[in-house]
Amino acid sequence: MNIRNITDKFFHYFFLVSGVSAIGILFAIFVMLAMNGLQTFTDVSISQFFLSTRWNPSAFGEPSYGILSLVVSSIMVTLGAMVIAVPLGIGTAAYLSEIAPPFLRETLKPVVEILAGIPSVVVGFFGIVFLGPLIADVFNLTSGLNALNGSILLAIMALPTIVSVSEDAIRSVPKDFKEASYALGVNRWLTLVKITLPAASSGIVAAVMLGIGRAIGETMTVLMATGNALQMPGSFFDSVRTMTANIAIELGEVPFGTTHYFGLFAVGLVLFFMSLAVNLTAEHFTKKYRRYRT
Amino acid sequence: MITSPKVETKNLNLYYTENQVLHDVNITIAEKKVTALIGPSGCGKSTLLRCFNRLNELIVGTRIEGEILLDGKNIYQNGMDVVDIRRRVGLIFQKPNPFPKSIYDNIAFGLKIGGMKNKSRISEIAEKSLIDTGLWEEVKDRLHTSALDLSGGQQQRLCIARALAIEPEVILMDEPTSALDPAATFKIEELVTQLKNSYTIIIVTHNMQQAGRVSDFTGFLYLGKLIEFGNTNILFTRPKEKLTENYISGRFG
Amino acid sequence: MKIKQLQQYIGFGILAACALFVVIILFVILYDIAAQGLGVISWSFLTEAPRAGMTEGGILPAIIGTFFVTIITAAFSVPLGVSAAIYLSEYAQEGLLTRWIRASIRNLAGVPSIVYGLFGVALFVRALSFGTSILSAGLTLGLLTLPWIITTAEEAFRTVPRSYRDGALALGATNWQTIWRNVLPYAFPGILTGAILGISRAAGETAPILFTGVAFFLPQLPGSLLDQFMALPYHLYIMSTQHHAIEAVRPLAYGTALVLIVLVFFLNLTAIIIRYRLRKKYTR
Repeated sequence: MNIRNITDKFFHYFFLVSGVSAIGILFAIFVMLAMNGLQTFTDVSISQFFLSTRWNPSAFGEPSYGILSLVVSSIMVTLGAMVIAVPLGIGTAAYLSEIAPPFLRETLKPVVEILAGIPSVVVGFFGIVFLGPLIADVFNLTSGLNALNGSILLAIMALPTIVSVSEDAIRSVPKDFKEASYALGVNRWLTLVKITLPAASSGIVAAVMLGIGRAIGETMTVLMATGNALQMPGSFFDSVRTMTANIAIELGEVPFGTTHYFGLFAVGLVLFFMSLAVNLTAEHFTKKYRRYRT
Repeated sequence: MITSPKVETKNLNLYYTENQVLHDVNITIAEKKVTALIGPSGCGKSTLLRCFNRLNELIVGTRIEGEILLDGKNIYQNGMDVVDIRRRVGLIFQKPNPFPKSIYDNIAFGLKIGGMKNKSRISEIAEKSLIDTGLWEEVKDRLHTSALDLSGGQQQRLCIARALAIEPEVILMDEPTSALDPAATFKIEELVTQLKNSYTIIIVTHNMQQAGRVSDFTGFLYLGKLIEFGNTNILFTRPKEKLTENYISGRFG
Repeated sequence: MKIKQLQQYIGFGILAACALFVVIILFVILYDIAAQGLGVISWSFLTEAPRAGMTEGGILPAIIGTFFVTIITAAFSVPLGVSAAIYLSEYAQEGLLTRWIRASIRNLAGVPSIVYGLFGVALFVRALSFGTSILSAGLTLGLLTLPWIITTAEEAFRTVPRSYRDGALALGATNWQTIWRNVLPYAFPGILTGAILGISRAAGETAPILFTGVAFFLPQLPGSLLDQFMALPYHLYIMSTQHHAIEAVRPLAYGTALVLIVLVFFLNLTAIIIRYRLRKKYTR
């Protein structure tokens, strides 16, 4: 074996190891979360952890570790965001792919890209200085830092994902479908609503799932704009604290190796599984719409 | 009939996933002669050609049985260096595929990867290869401009020059003129006749006139089987097989 | 017939309004921050450290900190990500392993950034004893950026025509020589575009660095990779939520936000220009 072939073999394995590292990293994240997070349950019962609404690890004498209000807050803010972002995102995607003239599309796409590029901390800051006062004014509240504010900001964060993935899905619908519809004398609007969008539906679902994943895992915007009160939310005007915000607020202060420390990893583990579930669902639907491509 | 075989296949079978593409092919390629492989599209002639320098291996799902002997040694034997085989057996592609580098760098590529560092030696070889392919006069003033600016015919001759630079023993040509106009085709054919003085050439073509013009031997493949093989003149004038006769008389294809 | 036309008219109007609304959102965010932030930006704001309990002075340490941590991020994620992309585009055959790698990459892309932060604390800060430092934070951001780098680099490799590879292999090049001399150079602009975009996102991230190395305030610039650092996004977070005189330092927060946005845009613009040139080159 000469030096050339040895080099070739070496790089083959080097690249193989690099590729496999992706599996390793995902696995390592899981193992680390589990190793730390599961230690919570030596002190805390599983039912308390998942069913109690009281998260108060530093309560004197009687600390409690119930994540229900955190989970409900995360889900509530995320769903609120989807109520805004899904119609807006799909509408924009449909406009970009089916209606906008080419030059407009080429100008609008960078707009979506720029929106995606704005750091989350800047969006959170916008929530504090602009949206918060606006919400307080409009609804006559003392503070605009609440679930509604968080939902609107998360909608902004999730929009680029929803727009670009749905647009891709809408554009993958074969031309034949549309042309067949036009040939029957159906106008462009009805073709879009009755033929194109239904045909792209699995891709649009994937887009929404990815948007949900983006929103539920987002930390800085909710941390800055939702007020972070530890309570079971009653309405969108309440201050809420999400799972992500809770980790961000408390991890800096907890002593290493305490139940509280492990508890935060357990919250992270729950978050990890939620995002995994959302992603796998998205992937399932992505596969479905990609079939048009072949 | 063939006194000095350069390449020989022995009971060659090739499978692509579940399908068998080549069936028990036995063919002998004479040294410093031109052998043409003809047959209708999909008959396996290009696949067979790419077996001779093991380029088929790049296609996932390809499996080979049997032997291909180059100078009497099986190139599919364990321990054979595939890189070495490809340097001894060059391939010219159907569509000219110069690299997006300068004309000079295209030719130097094979030499450099082979470990040659001497710049003046590389220049010498480049010049010789370009002269041999009749390209020198056309490009000598712009050796360092992009090869992509050449015409299609020039690009194909450059690809031949690129292959010649590493001094192969066998040159495989996979329908080298199918993307070219008649004038460029003529130049390539002329070149092939000239090159056979120094190289063993195997050319795949769908053009029977071309096979007749340039080759000494012809093999006719049909559905992955070598139906008939022999001296080109004899095969075209007095084919032994009915299938061959039908094909060369243009009754299918 | 008339009704259907009216329907179409209204329908298209609503969709156009959606698109317009997205543009307005972007415009309002940018306008608000630019209008309030521009007045704050001055040479001294960019070149001085914070003073007087961070109620005066500039943001230089935060700019430098972000710069350093970003370099670590790039140094870690680009080589590893490009190598993994080479494996996927040049070597991998369809099979269980490849499917697992691809699924892992997609799921890594969906892992929340704060979870990367937790992982960084457990692995780099604790297990590997890098402490809270530029190194820990940079590596954590590197992990976060990795799936993006792999995906964009693989796309770049796939734009290189098959014939460049086959031609080189037919001349007796090894796989490695083919990749190094005849694939990588042509994929390079695409890789660069993806890398810059990935790095620009990392530069704006806050959650992963919260517990892995970023500091509220430091009297001096970091001297080594194992020192803590200040960073622009975290500085903005501090100035807008944690400062003792939030209203008073609001202009400084606006200035920081503007600098952060300009930085990210500058990186994005560079990437877009490279991509544009690349497209022109390939369509020639």
